[in-house]
Amino acid sequence: MSYVQNTDGDREAMLKAIGVSRIEDLLKPVERSLRVEGDLDLGEPMSEPETAAALEAISKKNCPASSLASFLGGGVYDRYIPSVVRYVLSRSEFYTSYTPYQAEVSQGTLQAIYEYQSLICRLTGMEVTNASMYDGATALAEAVLMAHGIKRGGAVLIPRALSPRIKAVLRSYTKGRGIEITEVPFDERGEMNRAAIDDLLAEGTAAVVVAQPNYLGVIENAAEIAALAHDRKALVIAYVDPVSLALLSPPGDYEADIVVGEGQSLGNPMNFGGPLLGFMATRKAFMRQMPGRLISGSLDLDGKRGYVMTLQTREQHIRREKATSNICTNEGLCALSAAAYLSALGEEGFRDVAVQSLSKSHALYRLLKEVSGCELPFGENFFQEFVLRLGSPLGNFLKKAKAAGILAGIQLTDDFPELGPGAILVAVTEKRSRADLERYRDIVKGGA
Amino acid sequence: MGKTVFEKSSSGRRAFTLPPNDCPLEGLKQLITRKGPVGLPEIGEQDLVRHYIELAGKNYHIDKGMYPLGSCTMKYNPLINEELAGLGGFTGLHPDQDVGDVQGALELMHGLERALSEICGMGAFTLQPAAGAHGEFTGMLIARDYFLGRGEKRKVIVVPDSAHGTNPASVAICGFTPKTIQSNELGLIDPAILEKEVDGETAVLMLTLPNTLGLFEREIAEVVRIVHDAGALVYMDGANMNALLGIVRPGDIGIDIMHVNLHKTFSTPHGGGGPGSGPVGVNAELADFLPIPRVIKEDTGYILSCDSDKTVGRIHSYFGNFNVLVKAYAYIQTLGARGLKQVAMDSILNANYLMNRLEGTYSLKYPGPCMHEFVLSARNLKKNGVRTSDVAKRLLDYGLHAPTVYFPLIVEEALMIEPVETESRETLDAFAEVMERIAQEAKESPELLTEAPRHTPVRRLDEAAASRNPDLQWRPEEK
Repeated sequence: MSYVQNTDGDREAMLKAIGVSRIEDLLKPVERSLRVEGDLDLGEPMSEPETAAALEAISKKNCPASSLASFLGGGVYDRYIPSVVRYVLSRSEFYTSYTPYQAEVSQGTLQAIYEYQSLICRLTGMEVTNASMYDGATALAEAVLMAHGIKRGGAVLIPRALSPRIKAVLRSYTKGRGIEITEVPFDERGEMNRAAIDDLLAEGTAAVVVAQPNYLGVIENAAEIAALAHDRKALVIAYVDPVSLALLSPPGDYEADIVVGEGQSLGNPMNFGGPLLGFMATRKAFMRQMPGRLISGSLDLDGKRGYVMTLQTREQHIRREKATSNICTNEGLCALSAAAYLSALGEEGFRDVAVQSLSKSHALYRLLKEVSGCELPFGENFFQEFVLRLGSPLGNFLKKAKAAGILAGIQLTDDFPELGPGAILVAVTEKRSRADLERYRDIVKGGA
Repeated sequence: MGKTVFEKSSSGRRAFTLPPNDCPLEGLKQLITRKGPVGLPEIGEQDLVRHYIELAGKNYHIDKGMYPLGSCTMKYNPLINEELAGLGGFTGLHPDQDVGDVQGALELMHGLERALSEICGMGAFTLQPAAGAHGEFTGMLIARDYFLGRGEKRKVIVVPDSAHGTNPASVAICGFTPKTIQSNELGLIDPAILEKEVDGETAVLMLTLPNTLGLFEREIAEVVRIVHDAGALVYMDGANMNALLGIVRPGDIGIDIMHVNLHKTFSTPHGGGGPGSGPVGVNAELADFLPIPRVIKEDTGYILSCDSDKTVGRIHSYFGNFNVLVKAYAYIQTLGARGLKQVAMDSILNANYLMNRLEGTYSLKYPGPCMHEFVLSARNLKKNGVRTSDVAKRLLDYGLHAPTVYFPLIVEEALMIEPVETESRETLDAFAEVMERIAQEAKESPELLTEAPRHTPVRRLDEAAASRNPDLQWRPEEK
């Protein structure tokens, strides 16, 4: 099965029209010695039922978090996805369309992305949002490159309590430009150490990154950090969890210059970590330095409202090596998902997702506080995720939890040895019930 | 014109509710610091569905008709692949799960890496890049670290003038400097010119094969020799790999690093601008430079390994666009070796058939045979006051999509056409007929073109006004 519709009769007629006798005659420019001899080693073609059976068998070798009580987070979360979001994504008008270069026949995609931009602006309190980036990590990396460009150089301070994977991506993206990245340690409350920021901020520091909440779940005093940075003329990049913004101050309130984050939570399945949705917003003053596509409202020849891609002179297909970024294909469909998700939940529903995540994570925290031998190093200043320290290697505990249908959390000790042995990051979303939390507590109690 | 979702909002409506909260918010209110509402729309499920169906009706898409976009390979997106990628055993996986729980996912990734290595003749692949440009970036990082490791300070990346704009942009992010070389009168890289431009400063020659004119570089063996003799590497942008499946393996002809676009060659949908996937392949000598983690098969099962001193590091939070990988894997399974070769052969046949029919009506600067695509010019129509963009817009009136226009830059008034293998002869004939009729209209009533489109959801939009004064988010006062 190759989905090719040409029959041998078609081919014959087409070759005749071209004036050659065999398709091979069209391969003349490819010297024979360069061509593959025989068949590739890929196996026999399969029919649809055979392919389906093969992939179903592979999928059954997985044990998906969504089928268990999952307390895994760290940037990717198990949340309810309304069926209307799945339905919109299943429409081939959206998923089989190309990048909206011909605006007149792409108004559906363009308006949906415009609405996405508007929604992210509202969530973050910023003026301009682009049409998406690959994921939160590359969005942050591009934000750092952008800040470095705006300030024409300078080092960048990042929180130590940032996802180790994001830090790794940031290193890959910045090493070519030789940008100095310095980690700011966290203090005993798990917050970015303000005295350390003050020490590390130097003349010409390009930007300070604040993660809100940070990777360890802790809510930062972002306003204070932003003020410190701005006092020393550094830009402020906020890396935010979008769901937390239903309850926490939007970065626009603390005058962040660039806001980025991971938007998977907004209506996208976990999908083993991809596709994700990097979002990026900024001030209007910086929109021409921003990477990625931007959709603008406009009017057509008859004065009818419509949407176009705009400020394309920033982009690679026009600007080539002077472009603000090389990004071309982004995560458009995931942005559509986010727009449909936020629209389906509405003001109350979205707030409820955040409130339930907050109250359920704190309910688990309080249950665990009662268990002896169970350490909670950073207090109650967290949104939906917290560090739990069991003081001993976690292997047995995680296994026992798994046997009880619970994925207990992400192991932290390798990446953050200062947290001591047996530290895990526990995330609680709206999908967990009180019964799940009590089961979790019971397992800790039994094994701790 | 339809309203935005914000204008359809009415306070108190909603399309979704959660189960009741069984945990108290007591004692937590001090953590809530947002002062006002977010300003999300409030709309019932029925009207929200209608909103998106209204938008859907304003989109062109593959299931509606042909997309002759050059270098975009807009082929049919098989339905079964969507269904399989949607299996709960794939969508419900968290990337931080224990490897024991994700053996199927790792098996699939390992299988896809192996299949791509076989198809491209490369030593190893990474699936992490989320798009073609992301792959180019990864490839440039690999080249950078390779030369750093050898203590060589090579800064220049040679790029032909027919290159896609992402190439020089990817080069620049990695701290390299792009240097453009001119194509010769055949639209190909000229070994004599290349020989003069390549030296000890050159890190990489970055080429697209077949190139963006749809031509196979006839002198590729010589081109590769020149680059390798200068101690540099050859990078291949595999955006046009569709033409080579089962015919040429880039690794066999000396390509050192390359990317493929799963959302082009391997049938995964474009999603209106992503998610895509741009896996990168390298020769065996460069395998240790690939991003981590890598999927390794051991006797006891698959593991994720971060064990490499030379790796360029991570370039994605996790493992790339896994959901896209599932579709590409299913596609390769379905087609097998023979099916993939059929893809290349029929893509070449379809392109030559269409080119043969349309050359004459439009001018062809570089003679064929072409591979999977070709570039026409509408410069003959200029005397009627008609430009390529007008031809493109008139196509929309006929319910078709336009080709890629004004690219590559080396063809004046370019129309870059890639018909892909999945289109039938009847569809190609119908497209050709419309193209011919439009050329006729250009002579007889050019206003039909210059005022096109008239039968689309909106007419030409004022891009200049948008760029002077961008309206990037909906605000109530702008109603």
